[in-house]
Amino acid sequence: MDNNSTSNRKRIYAKEEVCIGCRLCEVHCVVAHSQYKNDIVKAYKKSPQRPLSRIIVEETRPVSFGLQCRHCDDPKCVKSCITGAMQQDPDTGIVTNDESRCIGCWTCILACPYGVIKRDFKGRKVASKCDFCIDLGGNPACVKNCPNEALYVDEVRISNDGGSKEKGGTIK
Amino acid sequence: MSLDYSTSEFTIDRDRDRCIDCQVCVRQCANEAHYYDEEEQKVCSDEHKCVNCHRCVTLCPTRALSIKKHELEFRANANWTENAIKDIYKQAATGGILLTGMGNDRPYPIYWDHMLLNASQVTNPSIDPLREPMELKTFLGRKPEFLKVENGKLAEKLPPQLELEIPIMFSAMSFGSISLNTCKSMAQAASENGIMYNTGEGGLHRDLYKYGRNTIVQVASGRFGVHPGYLNAGAAIEIKIGQGAKPGIGGHLPGEKVEAEVSLTRMIPQGSDAISPAPHHDIYSIEDLRQLIFALKEATNYTKPISVKIAAVHNIAAICSGIARAGADIIAIDGYRGGTGAAPTRIRDNVGIPVELALAAVDTRLRDEGIRNQISIVCGGSVRNSADIIKAIALGADAVYIASSALLAMGCHMCQKCYTGKCNWGIATQDPNLTKRLNPEIAVKRLTNLLHAWSHEMKEMLGGMGINAIESLRGNRHMLRGIGLSDRELNILGISAAGE
Repeated sequence: MDNNSTSNRKRIYAKEEVCIGCRLCEVHCVVAHSQYKNDIVKAYKKSPQRPLSRIIVEETRPVSFGLQCRHCDDPKCVKSCITGAMQQDPDTGIVTNDESRCIGCWTCILACPYGVIKRDFKGRKVASKCDFCIDLGGNPACVKNCPNEALYVDEVRISNDGGSKEKGGTIK
Repeated sequence: MSLDYSTSEFTIDRDRDRCIDCQVCVRQCANEAHYYDEEEQKVCSDEHKCVNCHRCVTLCPTRALSIKKHELEFRANANWTENAIKDIYKQAATGGILLTGMGNDRPYPIYWDHMLLNASQVTNPSIDPLREPMELKTFLGRKPEFLKVENGKLAEKLPPQLELEIPIMFSAMSFGSISLNTCKSMAQAASENGIMYNTGEGGLHRDLYKYGRNTIVQVASGRFGVHPGYLNAGAAIEIKIGQGAKPGIGGHLPGEKVEAEVSLTRMIPQGSDAISPAPHHDIYSIEDLRQLIFALKEATNYTKPISVKIAAVHNIAAICSGIARAGADIIAIDGYRGGTGAAPTRIRDNVGIPVELALAAVDTRLRDEGIRNQISIVCGGSVRNSADIIKAIALGADAVYIASSALLAMGCHMCQKCYTGKCNWGIATQDPNLTKRLNPEIAVKRLTNLLHAWSHEMKEMLGGMGINAIESLRGNRHMLRGIGLSDRELNILGISAAGE
């Protein structure tokens, strides 16, 4: 990427004050990454290896919020990945794990400052993380299905030199 | 402990083919009617705890749940109904008075549904509100006997008026009985739509002072949260004498609901019961009421209209005549269907009269006495839709108060358990786990949608009658016809029968 270029990147934010801790985001995340993307019942009852939810609801009542991969500007998981499975799309900034290359060494989990990568033992052991639902198109499933609009997608402007300008400071 | 005679009111039907044991229902039920059985690894329900609020049904991602009336039947008895029997079991077990929430749910006649509206045909043209301007703007307050105009300008200052874009206001619900998020939503919706909301008797939270131009601040018998800053913060002041759901008795906010913010706003110690006396101890006559009205006018330098809210009871017309003569600018009449956060069931279901009859009687009386211009009439107590509003205005109301309708718009499902403080929709509760369920951003949108929808419908109905301003409908009872009413009822409503 050109050093002076800027681009818009989408990020998912949580509104802790209206998160009701129902964990529907987790349910819909599971469905969105299952083989039955349009059928919740089948996704839960028929998937032999049901995927893990890639969003985690952190909760100490009454505080709760959904947390998923921040798709950092300078992702530690990508840097630490020993096989090159963890990649960041240079245009969208979305970090994804290529499960065919992942060997389950968990270095990414060690490196992730947010604790949002999980160990998935259900099939071949791989790292499981938010992929922004790029296959679905539109907003991610967790955002679309939050009953209280406690998750939303916002665009942030990225400059290559200084990281993203966004609330709560730079995500690096 | 001896045997508890109470049985479940509802059954929870869980479609096992659809349930994915995601536990959303478990997390959402404040009554703990759903639980996860670790051993069986599945979600189960204890229907005894269910209040039929539909929270789980609405949030269940696979629509696996439905709630039904429990089918347990007593032997058929037209006199000793299920409710009558169960109430006795309850009181024999507890020795307490029965409590309930929301409005009177008994099958008394609903007069709104016995009145029909007129429409123009052939001899006068109807108006298409999409093509022609239609006016819903309303001013509440004392109107002068006549207007003196000099050099094209008003020579005398008009008494203070409340300006409403549409003749609807959110009626009094206190912070304490409902959550701060609910108050905020109504305040913001009122300010975005050019109408008023009412603080109820719980004082005004510091975050809501910015909505002052769209606020009616209430002074009730408990005088909670009343101070000069409060009186001057709103656009009008309302003296609450009575409430339709519980005429003749005061309010009682249990100490458990008086958390830090409520305590600060009401100016009472945290955890203490907030008990509003049944009467105002300084009002025992119309003359006493006049003193309070003018004390409040003095306190606000005669810049704000003063409203007096009373419950619709016998002899309401004479009482309202007295209120008008005591110097009030607005009378708010609350009918027996009016809602509440908590009221004794027997009071709610047996005291007061229908607001339709009360409204007609008051309007007739004030006109007969030639003082109708001195006071505006606001009608509340179960205004359920735009047609009810049009009928109320044709009967003589200047505007209406809505509360239950507003709560429904924000998510209330009428389970009538407001008094438990466990409102699963985050409305009638102070529990921080529950209050965050009401997202003000969503609630403001929904309230605004409701107001817009009703405005459109009101314009359509007005247009149909060939009227282009709500002013021309006010007290225009020729636009109403009664159906299925006795001569006596028609006479009190001041309307003709359908076909006449």
